[in-house]
Amino acid sequence: MTPKDSSQLILLHEKDNVLACRRKIHRGDTLLIDGTPITASIDIEVGHKLARVDLGPGDVVLKYGVPIGSITQATRIGEHVHTHNLKSDYIAITTRHSTGEAAQP
Amino acid sequence: MMIGYQRSDGRKGIRNVIVVAYLVECAHHVARRIVDLSADMDVHLIGFPGCYPNEYSLRIMKSLCVHPNVGGVLIVSLGCEGFNRKALQAAVAATGRPVDTLVIQERGGTAATIAAGVKTVAAMKASISNTPRFAIGLEDLVIATVCGGSDGTSGLTANPAVGKCFDRLVALGSTCIFEETGELIGCEQIMAERAVTPALGEAITACVAKAANYYTVMGYGSFAPGNADGGLTTQEEKSMGAYAKSGDSPISGVIKPGDQPPSNGLYLLDVVPDGEPRFGFPNINDNAEIAELIACGAHIILFTTGRGSVVGSAISPVIKICANPDTYQRMPDDMDIDAGRILNGDATLDEVGAEILAKITALASGGRSVSELLGHQEFILTYKSFEPVGPACLPVKARRA
Repeated sequence: MTPKDSSQLILLHEKDNVLACRRKIHRGDTLLIDGTPITASIDIEVGHKLARVDLGPGDVVLKYGVPIGSITQATRIGEHVHTHNLKSDYIAITTRHSTGEAAQP
Repeated sequence: MMIGYQRSDGRKGIRNVIVVAYLVECAHHVARRIVDLSADMDVHLIGFPGCYPNEYSLRIMKSLCVHPNVGGVLIVSLGCEGFNRKALQAAVAATGRPVDTLVIQERGGTAATIAAGVKTVAAMKASISNTPRFAIGLEDLVIATVCGGSDGTSGLTANPAVGKCFDRLVALGSTCIFEETGELIGCEQIMAERAVTPALGEAITACVAKAANYYTVMGYGSFAPGNADGGLTTQEEKSMGAYAKSGDSPISGVIKPGDQPPSNGLYLLDVVPDGEPRFGFPNINDNAEIAELIACGAHIILFTTGRGSVVGSAISPVIKICANPDTYQRMPDDMDIDAGRILNGDATLDEVGAEILAKITALASGGRSVSELLGHQEFILTYKSFEPVGPACLPVKARRA
């Protein structure tokens, strides 16, 4: 049996720049991100992600140590990372492999 | 102790189901009534809705009707549909199983066919009730996995726990199958590195590229609105979570729907049709994937869910593994395993993996899964088209002794 972990966040891979929520985060909660206390600005549900570092447009988001898409707008440490600020790179990447050029999304 | 039904092809079943199979939607009601009136949890309905013939659907129906969990088959035909009912009946008869075909147009219509069908099922039930049973081991079992209603917790708890279970099963000599190449887009390189030969690695990469092209033409990836509500943002993020179900074992081969894995070990099922996209989405829902896994011989399906799926299946029992602790609180009666405890720090991935393995053993020893007890026997089969797998896909030829 593992000891109870009181943290609301899981780091899945050391290279990751997002953290996964293991318990619901309420606005105003203090989150410890790599030792830095951050105040949650909104409620964030279980299974969702938040930024481990400050992220800017074009930054590749890593989860499980692999790319899962790119950031579309400035996102501060501790902020929610989801459809409003993260887009898939998959269609473009796949098409680039097969045709030699990037596709329009 | 795990007890199985010995079949003539050498495989062993953990159930002795009578399958009632309709061959066109027009025969669905009659077949459904035969199953309902039989009122037996081991009489299951399967069928194909289309009137046009299709090689794939005939192959899948044959594979399902001679599945080791099946003891007897009643075929229900309207009479004028395109499905080759004689070929299906012959395939079942060749295995020595009891099989009969009722043609509604020749039997005098709905009521007469239902009455005849109920009698036939009862007679079959009696004739297979003394099928010899023998002790079986995990090496006799084919275990497959699928995920449905995924959310951000699926890839943190239930999927990697199934991966741990798969690693144990492969080490113990079982055959394991994972699937849905459309949900593995972005994982192809790491997956290819696990292949037992470089040529198989290339075949894996090629089948993910095929899936990516197919879904691009369809205009949708395998990503539903509920996935985003649950915290998943992109296709590749969902893929990594889904990929965790496969564990860490070497990948022994790639099979297509209806193929039987030639050896023990871990297999990838390529579910995306070959050639130009023709018949729509590869798999229109989770049960379409489950039916294909069962057609590959799966005795038990490990179904991980975050949002909360309730389905079971015809022919093979489904074990539902709930990834999300909140979902488990809302619908505990639909779940066999509470993998969300991992999030609370109340269990480890290894512990939940061991719990899944214990559940597999229990089901193979006569126990029932919750979806079986609730009467879930979902089934769907639609049009598809496949080429046979290439030689690079099956580098391991024969089952290890």
